Amino acid sequence: MKFGRTLLVAIPYTWLLVFFLIPFGIVLKISFSDIALAIPPYTPTLKDGFWQMLSGLDLENYAFIGAGAVFAVFAVLVISVAMFQIVYPRVRRALIPDARYGVFDSAAAALTTLAVALVNVALIVALVSFLFPVLKSFVDIPDFLYFAAYLSSLKIAIISTFLTLLIGYPIAYGMARAAEHWRPTLLMLVILPFWTSFLIRVYAWIGILSTEGYLNQLLLSIGIISEPLAILNTPVAVYIGIVYTYLPFMVLPIYAALEKMDDSLVEAAEDLGCTTLSAFWLVTAPLSKPGVIAGCFLVFIPTLGEFVIPSLLGGSNTVMIGKVLWEEFFNNRDWPVASAVAVILLLILIIPIVLFQRNQEEAEQ
Amino acid sequence: MAQPNTNVVFAPWDDPAAKPIIQFKNVTKRFGEFTAIDNLTLDIYPQEFFALLGPSGCGKTTLMRMLGGFESPTEGQILLDGVDIGPVPPNERPVNMMFQSYALFPHLSVWDNIAFGLKRSNMPKDQIGDRVEKMLKLTQLGKFAKRKPHQISGGQRQRVALARSLAKAPKLLLLDEPLGALDKKLRNETQFELMDIQETTGTTFVIVTHDQEEAMTVASRVAIMVDGSLAQVSTPDQIYEAPNSTYVADFIGDVNLIEGKAAAAKGGMDVHWGDHQPPIHITTDKPLPAGAHCHFAIRPEKVSISATTPKAANVVKGTILDIAYLGNISTYHVEIASGVIFKAQTTNSKRLSRRTFTWEDEVYLSWTDTAGVVLSE
Repeated sequence: MKFGRTLLVAIPYTWLLVFFLIPFGIVLKISFSDIALAIPPYTPTLKDGFWQMLSGLDLENYAFIGAGAVFAVFAVLVISVAMFQIVYPRVRRALIPDARYGVFDSAAAALTTLAVALVNVALIVALVSFLFPVLKSFVDIPDFLYFAAYLSSLKIAIISTFLTLLIGYPIAYGMARAAEHWRPTLLMLVILPFWTSFLIRVYAWIGILSTEGYLNQLLLSIGIISEPLAILNTPVAVYIGIVYTYLPFMVLPIYAALEKMDDSLVEAAEDLGCTTLSAFWLVTAPLSKPGVIAGCFLVFIPTLGEFVIPSLLGGSNTVMIGKVLWEEFFNNRDWPVASAVAVILLLILIIPIVLFQRNQEEAEQ
Repeated sequence: MAQPNTNVVFAPWDDPAAKPIIQFKNVTKRFGEFTAIDNLTLDIYPQEFFALLGPSGCGKTTLMRMLGGFESPTEGQILLDGVDIGPVPPNERPVNMMFQSYALFPHLSVWDNIAFGLKRSNMPKDQIGDRVEKMLKLTQLGKFAKRKPHQISGGQRQRVALARSLAKAPKLLLLDEPLGALDKKLRNETQFELMDIQETTGTTFVIVTHDQEEAMTVASRVAIMVDGSLAQVSTPDQIYEAPNSTYVADFIGDVNLIEGKAAAAKGGMDVHWGDHQPPIHITTDKPLPAGAHCHFAIRPEKVSISATTPKAANVVKGTILDIAYLGNISTYHVEIASGVIFKAQTTNSKRLSRRTFTWEDEVYLSWTDTAGVVLSE
């Protein structure tokens, strides 16, 4: 009985592990190799023998793309967040004058918190200075392109997630407040774009946004503008494309959270003295938080590595890491560097994915 | 009944000088074509525990939601302390509501739920804590202050909802089926708790329920609603003993109804029914005009059953069709004429083995001349 259950759980996990780990292992191995004019275009390979191959691997590609700098930025971010989470509640507790504990206790607590914070900072400084000689070669960036691409991707992902939330929340709210018999239709309308190819839909935006496109023609014929707007091949076009494509991923989880909310909660809030607006902020918004977080991650994670939208709509001005990866792989045929870029991207994505998982678990409780 | 501890009976509705806290004046509410409330006029007095009782769809919840401010009357006025509250939004009414689903905020602790309304008012911060503690004490929830609503039982949730709606000390508290989600035993206990709390706080309570036992237990007055209008508004005993229509008599408790014709008699009236049946004698100071079509209504527990001819104002003979044994009481279904079945209830003061009647026995049913009422509609 127990064995059967273990087996049942083990099968899908093994499946996932094998089909995630094997490709990842291959990519990881290539990222440690060197570029070569051969088939496959890198060296060493298994043909040289297993041990020979292992000894030929190095971290050169990572140093080349500035992985150290990327990681340093990330490490600083993560440590700051962790520090903030440890220190902030204590500081806050210390600052609130609590009649039960008195001024003396509050002061003592504040001093203790300060001491803990100082010790933390000292520890981090010591660690960094100890590791600095090792990290130095990684932080020296031979080619700034990759680091810039990571940062630019991060910026585009954050801004477009925010824009999607801004547009998606009212849509989800409207759907959840619509009459019961309308909801399936509205849900259908949100899902409908998935019925055509993603590529075709993004391509359609070229027709809309280009200088001779429908949007410019419409605006010119109405007389709002006298010169056609240059939208295509700018970051604006990329944001439009991303927001359009990922909107359903934002709308659906928020709608799910709002739809199961009891309407009488808002009535109760109003009954207890809230205006319509404050009832929204105090009741509806906190209760839809799990949906908002889920939606943000569902948009943020794929956007960070997005390739199709920036390459079709963004032109040469928009640098995103997905596009860089593509160019390394197919234009430069530099598989090792492309693999290193992919591995770093995956490691960066692990943080939001882990946070997303934790949010899902909390929501289930 | 919730009565103050004085010898004076709490009955402001009989006192012409008493000022009602709530006045419905010819209120009509329509949803599209459907009329939920039909030209309703009603006064509710301060410190009353007023119950709105009726089958589902009779408009009782609509009436309550209009008091809360979630619906507005299509026609007519609702006055609170003499002021028309029609245009006042829910958040500005000195009225709080306890919702049927309790509507506790799932993301807030019990403490924060109770404090929610106080934080929205202009009460100073340091007094909020005291007020919340007081409400926790009143509802015996002190131990659960830090828990979230999903971590406490149904009965505790019900008390949190009550504490939250009472925290702002409203002039009027509305309770929408407050005990509907509790099991029977807990419900009975909670009914008495509710009455205690109503007495301690002196707040006017309006309760909506479809459970007649609940309405009879807690309320000082009961309004029976049917199809958007009031069938009868009176104290529980009046509703039970002196219903004004066959509908009310039938809706509340069990009743025997006999259709007949009124006839004049000395000291009261007679009701002639059936073909070869003796008329029913009733002593009343308000007899119906002779020849009027009427119903005679009598509660089963006021009908006695015996094996030999008893000495009473009204006696009929019949055959026992069915016996329902409920432990403390037994209900006998007796056929007194073809197709006319009378229910008689007796307390089982003797053990079951010593019962004298059984199925198919010929028995006599009897009742006094004041036990029943005659209803013209």
